[in-house]
Amino acid sequence: MSVEAAVSAQSAACLKAPVGLLAELTHRCPLQCPYCSNPLALEGVAGELSTEAWLDVLAQAAELGVLQLHLSGGEPTVRRDLEDIVAQAAKVGLYSNLITAAVLLTRERLERLAAHGLDHVQISLQDTQAANADRIAHYQNGHARKLEAAGWVRALGLPLTLNAPIHRQNISSLAQFIDLAERLGAQRLEVAHVQYYGWALRNRAALMPTREQVLRSAELVARARARLKGILVIDFVVPDYYARRPKPCMGGWGRGIINITPSGKVLPCHAAETLPGLAFDNVRDRPLRDIWLGSQAFQKYRGTDWMREPCRSCEFREQDWGGCRCQAFAFTGAADLADPACNKSSFHNAFADVARQEAASEAPAFVFRSPRAAAR
Amino acid sequence: MSEGRKVRAIVSAASRPGLPRHVKLRHDAARGSWTILAPERVFTPDAIAVAVLKLCDATRTVEDIAQELSGTYNAPPDRIRADITAMLQELADKGVVQV
Repeated sequence: MSVEAAVSAQSAACLKAPVGLLAELTHRCPLQCPYCSNPLALEGVAGELSTEAWLDVLAQAAELGVLQLHLSGGEPTVRRDLEDIVAQAAKVGLYSNLITAAVLLTRERLERLAAHGLDHVQISLQDTQAANADRIAHYQNGHARKLEAAGWVRALGLPLTLNAPIHRQNISSLAQFIDLAERLGAQRLEVAHVQYYGWALRNRAALMPTREQVLRSAELVARARARLKGILVIDFVVPDYYARRPKPCMGGWGRGIINITPSGKVLPCHAAETLPGLAFDNVRDRPLRDIWLGSQAFQKYRGTDWMREPCRSCEFREQDWGGCRCQAFAFTGAADLADPACNKSSFHNAFADVARQEAASEAPAFVFRSPRAAAR
Repeated sequence: MSEGRKVRAIVSAASRPGLPRHVKLRHDAARGSWTILAPERVFTPDAIAVAVLKLCDATRTVEDIAQELSGTYNAPPDRIRADITAMLQELADKGVVQV
C-alpha cells in the first residue's frame, strides 16, 4: 500500500473535466515586471467582467468539475469585490488560491479574505535583495511590503507559497530564495525559470540565463529538496530553450486548465491569443461547459489529431502533447509544428542558439510592462 | 529568524495525524471519486488511503487507526501499522498530513 499507488496525480484520472481555472480578474497591476505573462495588449478596467459575471462563472466552473481556482491578474487585489469572489469560491466548493504581488495588501484585507474562505496565498518575489527586486518590478519599496504581507499570511495561519521567477538578473540569488522561503515558514517555493511568452518574450535577451546557470540552478534545487524534505516543497520550472524534450504545456491543450481573461474570453492558455485562426468564446455569450466541450479554440489543438510530423508518430505524443503551440508559432511561424524546444524539431538548434547568443551578450535595458510600452 | 524554521515531522505509532486546515479531503461529484485538495496540488487517493485519511482527526493515534482498520480489512494490526505509518510519512512529507 505505497503512497505512489494510493495517491496519484489527478491528471491521469480525468480526461473530460477541467481541474483548474485561472481567473485573470484584471490586467491592472502596480508592478511592471518585464517578464509578465499577460499579453502585450493589456485590457483596460472598462472591459472587465462584473462581480455578478464572475460569481456566475465560478458556479458554472464548479458544476463542470473544476477543483482549483487561481485568482490572478494583473494584480487581483485591485478588484474591490475580491472578497465576494473568494466567498463564492468557498460556497461552490472551489479551492481558492490568491496569486498576488502583495504590495497592495493590508493585514485587515487578508483577514477579511481568510474569513471569506481563502485557502492559499502565493506571493511573487523579484529577488531577495530589496534594491534589485524593486528595480525589476519597477516599484519602490515593493519588496519590503511583500515580506511584511508574507508575515501576515503566516500569522493568520494561511498556507504560503513564494513564487520566484528566475532569470539572468536574479539567478545568483537562488540559494537566498530557498533560505528566505524556509525562514518565512512557506509551505511551497516555486523556482520558476521565466517562460518566454508575452512580456518575457519581448524582454528575452535581458532575461535569458546561460545553460551553465540553468544547470547549476537545477543542482541547487535538487540538493535543497533533499535537505528540506518534509519542510518545504520546492517546485522547479525549467526554461525550455536548453531542453531536449518540450514541456507538456498546460498539461496538454484543453485537457485540464481553463483561462478566463479580465473581459471574459475563455482561453486554453494565457498566451493563446497570440495564435492565428482561433475564435475565443466569451462567458458573457456562452455557458462555460459548452465552451470547454465545443469551442473552436479548445478543439483546434486538443488531443493528437491536429499533429504533423515529427509529433504525429512520436512515442511521446501523449506525454508532452507536442509541447507548446504558442512557442511553436512564435518561433517557426506554424502553430501545428513541433515545439522547437523538442530535439526532433528542425528548428531545435536555431532555438537553442538564440538562447546561447542572447545569454552571452550584454543584457539590454528592460521594457517594463505598461499599457504605454506595449504600443511601441 | 532561524528559530522559526520547521523540522521534518516523523510519523510513529503514537503520532496523532490530522489534515492541516488548508488541505481538504472531498468527494468530487463530477468524477465520482475522492480528492485531496492542497496548494497547487490535487491528489486522487485510493479507497484504502481514503479510509485512513477519514480517521486522521488529530485525536486518534496511528496505533488507534491501525487497530480500527485491522478489523475492517481483516489484516494483522502490525502489518497495517507498518503500511499506514509509511503512507502517512509520505503524506506528511508532501504537507498533506500533519502530526
